[in-house]
Amino acid sequence: MSLLELKNVSKIYGDLKALDNVSLHVDQGEWVAIMGPSGSGKSTMMNIIGCMDKPTSGEVLLDGVDISRESSKKLTDIRRDKIGLIFQQFHMVNYLTAVENVMVSQYYHSMPDEKEALEALGRVGLRERARHLPSQLSGGEQQRVCVARALINHPELILADEPTGNLDEANENIVLDLFAQLHKEGTTLIVVTHDPEVADAAQRTIVLEHGKVAREVINENFGK
Amino acid sequence: MKHFSLPVNNLIRKPGRTTVLALLTAFLALAVFGGSVVVLSLRSGLNSLEARLGADIILVPSQAQSKVSFQNMFLQGTTGAFYMDASVPEKALEVEGVEKAAPQTFLASLKADCCSIKIQVIGIDPERDFTVQPWITRSLTRDLGDMDVAVGCKVEADVGEIIRIYEQRCKVVARLEATGTGLDTAVYCDMNTMNTLLRAAEEKGVSHKIESGDQVISAVYVKVKDGYDIDAVNSRLNGHIRKVTAVRTRSMITGVSDSLAGVSRTVTVLIAAVWVLAFMILLLAFLLIIRERTREFAVLRLAGASRGMLSRMVLAESSLCGLLGGLIGVGLAALLLFPFAQLIESALNLPYLTPKPGTVLLLAAGTVLLSAAVAAFSSVIAAYRLSRVDPGAALREGN
Repeated sequence: MSLLELKNVSKIYGDLKALDNVSLHVDQGEWVAIMGPSGSGKSTMMNIIGCMDKPTSGEVLLDGVDISRESSKKLTDIRRDKIGLIFQQFHMVNYLTAVENVMVSQYYHSMPDEKEALEALGRVGLRERARHLPSQLSGGEQQRVCVARALINHPELILADEPTGNLDEANENIVLDLFAQLHKEGTTLIVVTHDPEVADAAQRTIVLEHGKVAREVINENFGK
Repeated sequence: MKHFSLPVNNLIRKPGRTTVLALLTAFLALAVFGGSVVVLSLRSGLNSLEARLGADIILVPSQAQSKVSFQNMFLQGTTGAFYMDASVPEKALEVEGVEKAAPQTFLASLKADCCSIKIQVIGIDPERDFTVQPWITRSLTRDLGDMDVAVGCKVEADVGEIIRIYEQRCKVVARLEATGTGLDTAVYCDMNTMNTLLRAAEEKGVSHKIESGDQVISAVYVKVKDGYDIDAVNSRLNGHIRKVTAVRTRSMITGVSDSLAGVSRTVTVLIAAVWVLAFMILLLAFLLIIRERTREFAVLRLAGASRGMLSRMVLAESSLCGLLGGLIGVGLAALLLFPFAQLIESALNLPYLTPKPGTVLLLAAGTVLLSAAVAAFSSVIAAYRLSRVDPGAALREGN
């Protein structure tokens, strides 16, 4: 069953076609990697799927809803309810502790629940660092807090943009293990990456070039 | 609670920024509350003076104006005495339009062995008096007896204490409410006690020629009947009674009233200037914060905050800063104003009566709320712009 479907999606900035008539679909529970060189349209696609931007033309169906036609307010609601976002930079609120950063997502989604936020931090191996401020955490730890924040509201889709781009190998493995666990639990994952090793962890890789889908690769070794 | 914990957290975890914003609003609150209390105190002082004078016209001996500043006796409590014939009230009552005429007699005590304190003594006739007696009645339920005195609130003597005036022992039976005028530094007695004191003063060689057996008075307070023109009655009194000058009380108060208007205007201009300045600085401060917080707001947007939620968050933060600043400003103003009320009074040289606690509390609460509202209002532009942050673009900039 399809969770996400892009139909002839284009995004044009002046003379530049960042996305050029792209069509693809992602099934519920699938783990997809999106690869491509710089300027291939990865970030544009991520922004459109993540309800941060709208396409110039085409349809984007997320869980059956065409988000290319929705208002900004409705897009905020959809992002809050259905999507967990992870970025390459560790975007945390610098005056909040690790657990409070996780609870921020709860504030705007339902009700803050510290116990649940601590459990999410435990899941990324940071239960003991819950009361630390971002400045007291390493880059890898901050990224794991961002993962905990992305999954706290049990989103249907985790959307990650170069999630391991700033991490050492140990932290990269921790994050990929977490993705594997989330995948097993049925969460859909879309991971934008430059890193072939990260892409190899996914079931399927979509390669973008010049704003178009150049090819799709099924990972035969997935799960082995 | 749900949306409130983030603003509170932000204020607590950014103590430097919070302190600067709170101090700015504290400055505003200090000016508003402090200035308003000064103006209200001056108005209360003037009202009190009007109430205490309570008469339309005052009759004094013609030479009184040259002997002592009659006005200063009421405003600053300077001592002085002048005398005229005790029949003046009856003569005044013969004049068309005069409803009441109440005599008062003044005596200045000495700063010498014979007197406990240098003070103005005012003798009244409780039967006829309509200005001081109602004021005394609020503190003393019976009439003033022989050698009893009621003291103004600034006289250093307690109820039950004996004070000596020209070697005469007078018992303090009441302390009167504050009026904020020179009347607070005087001592009040009935005419019998005043006659005893006048004779004692004369024996000391300090008083004035008093013809034996005759009562003397210093001033007559005149109330004009309703419907009569006060100026016309004033002229008739001047023509009817020789060696006496009729002075309209309003002319005495006009000077005070003009000074009060001048001080009020200055204070109002100062408050307005502080308002504009504080508002502009706050506006600028909040605009500068936009750049610093763009990324934070982008993160919150991605975490699911709507634009409205972020606007409310900024407004909640600025209101809280304003509340805090308002409390600090009002507290500072109270610390500066109330313990030094006497100093302010003598510096301004005007009747000064601190408003009642209820009024002060109301003013304080209003100032704190106003500070919060001004702080919130000055952050409206910042709230709007921060809520419009494009989260994707803002975070890509970070990358």
